[in-house]
Amino acid sequence: MANYQPRSKEEMARRVAIDIPNGAYVNLGIGMPTTVANYLPKDREIVLHSENGILGMGPAPAPGEEDYDLINAGKQPVTLLPGGAFFHHADSFGMMRGGHLDICVLGAFQVSSTGDLANWSTGEPGAIPAVGGAMDLAIGARQTWVMTSLLTREGASKLVETCTYPLTGIRCVKRVYTEFATLACTPQGFQLIDLVDGLDKAELERMIGLPVQDAV
Amino acid sequence: MINKISASVAQALEGIKDGATVLIGGFGTAGIPVELIDGLCELPVRDLTVVNNNAGNGDSGLAALLKAGKVRKIICSFPRQADSHVFDSLYRSGKIELELVPQGTLAERLRAAGAGIGAFFCPTGYGTQLTEGRETREIRGKQYVLEEPIYGDVALIKAECGDRWGNLTYRMAARNFGPVMATAAELTIASVHDIVELGELNPETVVTPGIYVDRIVKVERQATAAGGFAR
Repeated sequence: MANYQPRSKEEMARRVAIDIPNGAYVNLGIGMPTTVANYLPKDREIVLHSENGILGMGPAPAPGEEDYDLINAGKQPVTLLPGGAFFHHADSFGMMRGGHLDICVLGAFQVSSTGDLANWSTGEPGAIPAVGGAMDLAIGARQTWVMTSLLTREGASKLVETCTYPLTGIRCVKRVYTEFATLACTPQGFQLIDLVDGLDKAELERMIGLPVQDAV
Repeated sequence: MINKISASVAQALEGIKDGATVLIGGFGTAGIPVELIDGLCELPVRDLTVVNNNAGNGDSGLAALLKAGKVRKIICSFPRQADSHVFDSLYRSGKIELELVPQGTLAERLRAAGAGIGAFFCPTGYGTQLTEGRETREIRGKQYVLEEPIYGDVALIKAECGDRWGNLTYRMAARNFGPVMATAAELTIASVHDIVELGELNPETVVTPGIYVDRIVKVERQATAAGGFAR
């Protein structure tokens, strides 16, 4: 019987956070990636970008201190750290597209072994399409990391050979952080970065249904 | 003498015609020119094309404009929200056309319009549904999609402070689409919370120079609530 525990959401956020180096300019996507902000190592200066025109975004304000001119991409009130700056939308997305952001962390519906990302639409008929900044971020940041549960509620792997959902970007994902393992997307397919204790690579490959190359 | 100050919202909105493309600033709770949108709702105009990041929340503001049947088409990046029921039902019943554009491409197409750029190659969305059938080009080993400008007949934006020349400053993340939309329209109308004498705005901190602005109108500051328009 397998003797391993998946990482909790908090542990996943911590796992992503420790990989973000001092001095990095980072965009954390809506949803689970946003929680990474709570676990950034205190001894590093990491500058958070928000697509709606903020660098140096700080944590949520104390209750009663909210200012609705100061919100994040998820439209939640935030604060500005000393050194922070505001700018307009064309500049904000120019920062992404121009490769000035070091890292963005996004959620996903599917990630292919070579780094294609599907995270904006499940392509359901009748669903109202909405893309926001997902495509700009996916291809814009120097490194796009995905943070997601490895399995859907139905137990299917979100890590796939070829995405079946509509694509957000092609060959844009560098790493995937999941509750069981961290993997790199490479032209040769998934490559192991780490596994939770007690899980072996064969079991991980069984979950994903694809070969995983050894860690380098 | 140049005086771009309008006495009222109604006066500021004069001359908007049927079929106009109206650029409307704002992102979430920040920078939405609520009073100008409400004023537009009062006008007997129809067949508008609206450009905004979203497609309206609740039943007020942009949602009310949609509900009033004045909008033929919306160009936006994120129409689907928890309370976007007005848009949702119009879209599902085929009563409104949607052009879905990645947010940064939306901003850059507006910027291009204001900066006299005929079209530009953009990497965003290459190989996805949103750029199917479009002209592409490989430049230095990377794939790009040809994007055209979005020209506005009218821009409705919210700024913080203005003067009679139309110089504008903004407040925090309420800046968002305002400065780019201001450049992209024939007629740019800005609501402001303060109007100051010429020379009082620090020229180093003017974000939108008055050349881009046609009319400004003062509106009272209202508290906004999370996820919606001012009540």
